[in-house]
Amino acid sequence: MTGGHPGLRAARGALGSAIFWVGLLFAASLFLLPTLRPLFEWAFPGVEPAVYNRTTFLALWLSHAGLVLVSSLVSALVGIGFALFVTRGAGREFRAAVDSVAGIGQTFPPTTVLAVAVPIVGFGVTPTLIALMLYGLLPIVENAIAGFESVSASVLEAGAGMGLSPLQLFWRVELPLAAPLILTGIRTSVIVNIGTATIGSTVGAVTLGTPIISGLVGEKMPYVIQGTIVVGLFAILTDLVFDRLDQALRSRRNG
Amino acid sequence: MIEIERVVKSYGDRKVVDQVSLTVESGAFCVLLGTSGCGKSTLLKMVNRLIPATEGTIRVGGEDIRGIPAEQLRRRIGYAIQSIGLFPHWNIEDNIATVPRLLKWPEARIRDRVTELLDLFHLDPELYRRKRPSQLSGGQQQRIGVARALAAEPELLLMDEPFGALDPITRDVLQTELARIHKATGTTILFVTHDIDEALRLADRIAIMDSGRLVQHTTPIDLLEHPANDFVRDFIGRSEISLKLLSVRTVAERLRPAERGDGEPIAATAPLREALALMIARGTGRLPVSDAAGHPVGAVLLEDLIQ
Repeated sequence: MTGGHPGLRAARGALGSAIFWVGLLFAASLFLLPTLRPLFEWAFPGVEPAVYNRTTFLALWLSHAGLVLVSSLVSALVGIGFALFVTRGAGREFRAAVDSVAGIGQTFPPTTVLAVAVPIVGFGVTPTLIALMLYGLLPIVENAIAGFESVSASVLEAGAGMGLSPLQLFWRVELPLAAPLILTGIRTSVIVNIGTATIGSTVGAVTLGTPIISGLVGEKMPYVIQGTIVVGLFAILTDLVFDRLDQALRSRRNG
Repeated sequence: MIEIERVVKSYGDRKVVDQVSLTVESGAFCVLLGTSGCGKSTLLKMVNRLIPATEGTIRVGGEDIRGIPAEQLRRRIGYAIQSIGLFPHWNIEDNIATVPRLLKWPEARIRDRVTELLDLFHLDPELYRRKRPSQLSGGQQQRIGVARALAAEPELLLMDEPFGALDPITRDVLQTELARIHKATGTTILFVTHDIDEALRLADRIAIMDSGRLVQHTTPIDLLEHPANDFVRDFIGRSEISLKLLSVRTVAERLRPAERGDGEPIAATAPLREALALMIARGTGRLPVSDAAGHPVGAVLLEDLIQ
């Protein structure tokens, strides 16, 4: 590795962790793919240039991550909101309806959503965001409902009986107890969307799928490989970060 | 003190609680007794407004509960339920401290109170304070449940079949502890159960309910000696009324001070049922009786038990 060495002392504690190594690989893939150009030229003679260079991988990743972040945030807010609504009071009647609506969002392949959305909202970022939001909604809704339903009725009755106000009961008891499952839903949604966002490039969104699509269209295999490496490492790294978050959340509950 | 006046709870046309009037004096241990679905739990939950009464008035400490904001009322009233409902993500100390924290007690006072309560239930404070509810046995969890209900020194304690889910041995131990704690704190207790033996053991007043109505409200002995109707007789268990009476009467009530007996003496405070069991076990009709200090004070005779 020719990149700058991180401070060895600071790194010593991290050396054993998968997050550190995957993070390092991921950073390398963002910045150092062009230095592997001789390798790609050797493996795929005739492709010119051998490394995708219309945009930097950093710029592609920033745009890709932005799409995932925005769509996941919206999915999380809407999804948790739905779950809240159908797990209490008059909203319980709508439980089945919300379940199936969120389910429908996932039954449509994302390409279908794109195909339907483009004529309505045009090319670019918007149809991609719509597809990602719909696609990411189901795991969040289902897990958040499961999370809220996992809080036992007796705990809530005891809390109310001791004089916690409904808001105190929610913030201090119900949400912390549901949090690990809610996080699981968000994690699934984000990871799926990191992969799905690549398809957004077919309708003009700039993502890590851009070199992949361009490589497929122009029969330039190295671009497909390069885009896949970066997006794959990004997904693995994100999953590891969620894993760390999950552990932190559970140890705060149990330790 | 709780004053319940002509309270009704109806769902549509169905009256779950029907015109119940009941007064629980300060410091009393009142047991609401009845079959499942008789309305006893509903009546209990109307006292802390978890269920709003349809008609009638309930006063706690002389104040109409409708005039007190629900959360404030509940913080003044301890509440313990069969399913316990400890907060699984909080340790034992935080669980017990729930109401004192809501009442914004200083942390030092809360800490002392938690120590005091754990001691009261014979749980080593330093060992248990930091544990999670899941690390405790069912009996220990319910001790914490009751400790949590008592934490803010409530004027009144509501208990909804608190020992119903425990094994017989643990239930027995917790009943003894609750009786002791009631004596020590003088807290007024309203306690729901369907278990006649539990009621006889703990109550100084029993209120027995049937189909939403209060059938009889009296002392345990009076309930056994003068059941108000066939429902009460059936509930107590017709054939066993005499045995149950022996379990609420003490040896002291049948003591013959002039007599003496042989063998290990029985305490004057023991229930007569225990004396009968001992007589059967030893094949004798006469037991020596001793006072708290162990001095002989007389004898108890089989003929006095079956009179």
